[in-house]
Amino acid sequence: MKKEKTMKLSLPTDELMSSGHLACQGCAATLAMRYVLKALGQKTALCIPACCWSVIDGPFPYSSLDVPIFHCAFETAASSASGLKAGLEMVGDTETTVVAWAGDGGTFDIGIQALSGAAERNDDIIYICYDNEAYMNTGIQRSSATPLGAWTTTTPVKHFKNRPKKDIDAIMAAHRIPYQATANTSYPEDLYKKAKKAKDIKGTRFLHIYAPCPTGWKSRPEDSIKLGRMVVQNCIFPLYEVEDGEKYTLNIKPREKKPINDYFRLQGRFRHLKDEDLKLIQEEVDRNWERLLKKVEIGGQQP
Amino acid sequence: MKDKKKAEKIIFKTEKEVPLMPMSLGSMLYNKTGAWRNIRPVIDLGNCIQCGICWKYCPDVAIYIENEFPVVDLEYCKGCGICAEECPTKCIAMVEEEK
Repeated sequence: MKKEKTMKLSLPTDELMSSGHLACQGCAATLAMRYVLKALGQKTALCIPACCWSVIDGPFPYSSLDVPIFHCAFETAASSASGLKAGLEMVGDTETTVVAWAGDGGTFDIGIQALSGAAERNDDIIYICYDNEAYMNTGIQRSSATPLGAWTTTTPVKHFKNRPKKDIDAIMAAHRIPYQATANTSYPEDLYKKAKKAKDIKGTRFLHIYAPCPTGWKSRPEDSIKLGRMVVQNCIFPLYEVEDGEKYTLNIKPREKKPINDYFRLQGRFRHLKDEDLKLIQEEVDRNWERLLKKVEIGGQQP
Repeated sequence: MKDKKKAEKIIFKTEKEVPLMPMSLGSMLYNKTGAWRNIRPVIDLGNCIQCGICWKYCPDVAIYIENEFPVVDLEYCKGCGICAEECPTKCIAMVEEEK
C-alpha cells in the first residue's frame, strides 16, 4: 500500500444528506441533492412537492436530510417557497436560502404557473428542477419533459411519444430572471460551482439538473453517470448559463459532436426505435444545438 | 463525521406521544439499506490512486474516506455498481453476495 500521495477531493467533505434514504439503486436525483446541499450549506430550507424526493426523504418521523423540509402540494413548489421566504424576512432572517426542489412533472407540467408567477415577481428563491424525463414516482407516466420517441407506461411502444421535449430553459429565459443554468450530475464540479453562484445572486434563480433514472429508463444502474456524460458529449443536453435572459455562456463545448446512437442504445425505453427514427431525432438535436450556438454568439461568450 | 447522528427507530407507544406538529424527529440512518444488495463492491487498495471518484459519485453516501483511502460502508451500500464502473484504474470489483 503506497502512502505518499495525499488525497485531494474536488468537493467539500461535509455531508448534509445521510445514508439510508429510499432511492432506487443508481438514482442520480440523490446525487443532485447531495451536490446542491454541499454548495448551499446548512442555512437552507427546502420546499418539496410530490416528486421522487418526497419519497426518498423517508416516512413521517424520519428524514434523510439535515436541513428543514416543507412538503407542499404538487403545483405549489414555487409559491410555497416564495411564502416561506417572505415569512423568514418578516421575522428578520435574511440569510437562509429558500429552495424549491421539484421534479420535471412538478416544473414542466403542473407547477409551471406557480413558477412563472414567482419568476415574474422575481421572488428571492432558488428553483431547482431535477429532470428524469417522466413521472417516475407514480410509475413512469409521460410528462412534457419526456423526449421524442421514448417509451413510458402511458406512451407504449406502438404509440411512443411523438412530440419533442418542452424547452423549459427558453421559457425561463423569456422571464428575464437574473440567473439560470443547466447542470448535470455527471459533472459535479460544474454543478457545485453553479449552485454556489446561484446562492450569491438575489432574485429568482433557476437550475435545471439532468438526473438519469435507471428504473424508468430501463438502463443498468451502473450506467447512470455514463449516460449523463454522453448526453453532454452528443449535445442533447448542453450545459450553459443564462444571465438576465440574454447573456448566454456555454460551459462545456464537446470537441467533436458524438452521434446519439450509443446513448439511445443503452436505454431500454428507446429499444423499439429504428435507425430512420434515430436519424430524425439526430436532425432535431442538430437543429437545437445550432440554435443554442446562435444564441451564445449573439449575447455571450464561448469557452 | 460518521457517528454524528443516532440511527435508532422511533416508536410512539400511545397517541399522546405523537407531536402536534408533524416534524421529522430522527434520521433515516436506522434504515439499513445494505439488505437490498445482490452484489458488493470490494476495493483493491494496492491499485487505488486516491482520486476520490468513487466517493464523489456514490448516490448512497456509503463510501467514506478513512486514512486517505476509500472505505465502503456495507451497512448502507445498495450495490448499484457506479463506483466500479467509474473507477479509473478499475480496482473496484463487484462480488456476488453470499447468503
